[in-house]
Amino acid sequence: MKTLFVLEAIFLACFVLLSQVTAKNSEDIRCKCICPPYRDIEGQIYKQNVSLKDCNCLHVVEPMPVDGKDVEAYCLRCECKYEERSSGTIKFTIIMYLSILGLLLFYMVYLTLLEPMLKRRLFGHSQLIQSEDEVGDQQPFANAHNVLSRSHSRPNVLNKVEHAQQRWRRQVQEQRKSVFDRHVVLS
Amino acid sequence: MDSAEGISGATPSEEMNGAGNLMDFLDEPFPDVGTYEDFHTIDWLREKSRDTDRHRKITSKSKESIWELIKSLLDAWSGWVVMLLIGLLSGTLAGVIDLAVDWMTDLKEGVCLSAFWYSHEQCCWTSNETTFDDRDKCPQWQKWAELMTGHSEGAGPYLLNYFLYILWALLFSFLAVSLVRVFAPYACGSGIPEIKTILSGFIIRGYLGKWTLLIKTVTLVLAVSSGLSLGKEGPLVHVACCCGNLFCSLFSKYSKNEGKRREVLSAAAAAGVSVAFGAPIGGVLFSLEEVSYYFPLKTLWRSFFAALVAAFTLRSINPFGNSRLVLFYVEYHTPWYMAELVPFILLGVFGGLWGRLFIRANIAWCRRRKTTLLGKYPVLEVIAVTGITAVLAFPNPYTRRSTSELISELFNDCGALESSQLCDYINNPNMSRPVDDIPDRPAGPGVYTALWQLALALVFKILITIFTFGMKIPSGLFIPSMAVGAIAGRIVGIAVEQMAYHHHDWIIFKSWCRPGADCVTPGLYAMVGAAACLGGVTRMTVSLVVIMFELTGGLEYIVPLMAAAVTSKWVADAFGKEGIYESHIQLNGYPYLDVRDEFTHRTLATDVMRPRRNDPPLAVLTQDTTTVEDVETLIKDTDYNGFPVVVSRESERLIGFVQRRDLTLAIKNARQKQDGVVSSSVVYFTEDAPQMQASNPQPLKLRRILNLSPFTVTDHTPMETVVDIFRKLGLRQCLVTRSGRLLGIITKKDVLRHMAQMMNQDPESIMFN
Repeated sequence: MKTLFVLEAIFLACFVLLSQVTAKNSEDIRCKCICPPYRDIEGQIYKQNVSLKDCNCLHVVEPMPVDGKDVEAYCLRCECKYEERSSGTIKFTIIMYLSILGLLLFYMVYLTLLEPMLKRRLFGHSQLIQSEDEVGDQQPFANAHNVLSRSHSRPNVLNKVEHAQQRWRRQVQEQRKSVFDRHVVLS
Repeated sequence: MDSAEGISGATPSEEMNGAGNLMDFLDEPFPDVGTYEDFHTIDWLREKSRDTDRHRKITSKSKESIWELIKSLLDAWSGWVVMLLIGLLSGTLAGVIDLAVDWMTDLKEGVCLSAFWYSHEQCCWTSNETTFDDRDKCPQWQKWAELMTGHSEGAGPYLLNYFLYILWALLFSFLAVSLVRVFAPYACGSGIPEIKTILSGFIIRGYLGKWTLLIKTVTLVLAVSSGLSLGKEGPLVHVACCCGNLFCSLFSKYSKNEGKRREVLSAAAAAGVSVAFGAPIGGVLFSLEEVSYYFPLKTLWRSFFAALVAAFTLRSINPFGNSRLVLFYVEYHTPWYMAELVPFILLGVFGGLWGRLFIRANIAWCRRRKTTLLGKYPVLEVIAVTGITAVLAFPNPYTRRSTSELISELFNDCGALESSQLCDYINNPNMSRPVDDIPDRPAGPGVYTALWQLALALVFKILITIFTFGMKIPSGLFIPSMAVGAIAGRIVGIAVEQMAYHHHDWIIFKSWCRPGADCVTPGLYAMVGAAACLGGVTRMTVSLVVIMFELTGGLEYIVPLMAAAVTSKWVADAFGKEGIYESHIQLNGYPYLDVRDEFTHRTLATDVMRPRRNDPPLAVLTQDTTTVEDVETLIKDTDYNGFPVVVSRESERLIGFVQRRDLTLAIKNARQKQDGVVSSSVVYFTEDAPQMQASNPQPLKLRRILNLSPFTVTDHTPMETVVDIFRKLGLRQCLVTRSGRLLGIITKKDVLRHMAQMMNQDPESIMFN
């Protein structure tokens, strides 16, 4: 698990770095000049795809609205900024974040709502008796111990996954007790 | 890992042996002798000596063959590899968080129709329909009311926008608190108080785990986007430390040694602050000053490396589109004048007073949350606070946008092209100065509107942050404090600017401010105010100044920043020495022995040691007369963490000290593995077995787990020295002897309780050992 996680993390980092290097849209680099109103000319915004050293008023403002001797005065009032972004990175990041969030929400709904329903249907009556003893324990993973003791002799791999999951749930329940119920950590 | 193999081999199935190695991670790890229990303190000296042993072994083996030499080189380089990986992952996660927060914050107000994953600014990037007057608007990005009803002005769309804003905010915070509650309860809060405690030697299992990392990252985005008055810097430190813990487990040098692991965590904390602020040097200093406990010089260089790698990774992801690391990077270099030190010092006083008020109010509210009914409904509390924040924040344009954007606007100077209300100065139409040397101008009506809106925003932020920090979602404190300071600073700055303009013939302005010159920069006052408030709350000194000037790039502003930081620290310290993090540590009762506290009372070791006069006598083990049954009864009946071993009950001369956990594990192991060990077997700690008849059951040798060099002080040692020893060596317990005979024991908990008692605090609040 640890190596897998680490590999995934490194892969993620590389992908993000690569994606924004390779997917350079031509629209992602530009020089933007904002020129305020001057005499009777309105304020204007000019954008052009030029490199950093050409990012000044003379290269970007086209067509120049004033004549020769006013150009310097006009250009002194303009503010030119070089901007770049990576649209590929933004798209990839947002979509990846939303998918992770969606997966987590789905898992949460499954754990809190669907799994107790399914377990009740599978194990039926005996489960209900057990859960009556734990009146008031409405937390998720409340029946972790029960499920642990009820595991059939499935192939050992699935068994181990189930055991690991139950162990994780017990840990989370312990954490929840100390943070939310007893308020001993992280008040 | 060998013991884990043993357990998997015990399950009866042939096919498991092939898949055994893969599935090892699923087994419950069998605790080794020498590991620590949850919520206990580590033994720094033991960890250090273990690391020296390991290093010596590797060095001696490296002379044997080329392969061993390569292994020793890899071991030496493993530290740098870990730092590199931490920097890469922290930078990546910070970039992801920044991009996601940017998008989700704008989602509350509208959506980009051409590509839904773009925020407002990104959506209008390529549009050709932006005009000079409506620089921020474009038809591709529409507010919700405009999308749903087709109208954009009027009372109806305004109310609809309002309602949807509140709805989105509630949804985000509800998701955040549910995810925290269901998957990783340790992901709530700021994280810095707990990390300080962990770095001082405390163990909190799961606090830096993988699920905590995942949930903290995901819910941090939700919490910040919901418009609550919190920041992401503290949680980013927690995230970086989780990354550090994750990569520590790759190398046994760090995963098996708790002391070495904490070196890596110190460096990871530096990387966390570095990506939060775009300040690598400030991050290292923050780790040194605020977070770390033992900070050897080797860690300094490694922390700097990790912070640089993280900053570089973040820069290459480029979340803000202009190759800057932080949203509020300012670039002006207008000079400041000596006479302006007066308002700067006033801002420092304000920062100190606000810091003190905030700490007292927040701790009182958190204590109420801990002890009363309020703590039983965390989800409801989060939703209620979010609702109140959203309802009050929407009408005021300065609180409606995200706090980082607010700070960015307040820090920036008004050029000729700024279109916000704050920059609505009356311009001289014939003015032909270049854009960054605008002389002082009289304020137009927009500025006055902005001023009272800012004042309302200030009051709102001061009040709501008290209730927000400490809720059960990831919440940081840096950005709200900076916002409060920036608002106050800007108001003062505009006031001084207008006074200098309208009354330039007064004596205080005449010497340095000529009419027609650019004397006062309100943006600088905002920066100084932000530094003052942040310093007043956290009591940072050098790291604060370095972070602020790395944020702004203005080396010429060091003196005003220092003046404000020093003043705010003095004012705040006059009321109480603890910053917000130390106060939270005290509130939770963590066993944190602060290096800054001075102990100046004249008590002796006998006054603090246990057993006291009326207590039962000290529970000891003897060198060779205790049986296994006696030991087990002792462990069951008492809850002490360790037992001293003496020669015999009559002579009471000290041999050593044995830990409870090691004793339990060793006896359990012996009962399972060794033949002939029964309840009446004698336990001996000497080198050779004691003389006994052949009919006696086989004795059990436990010398391996005995610490032969426990720290001892005599009964007349002053407590000042004892506290110093505990602090400098990181001890957990210390034995007290008189004339060579064992008298009692002093534990870290006793020391902390004694210090609390001496400072008239509640000694019963120290909870952990």
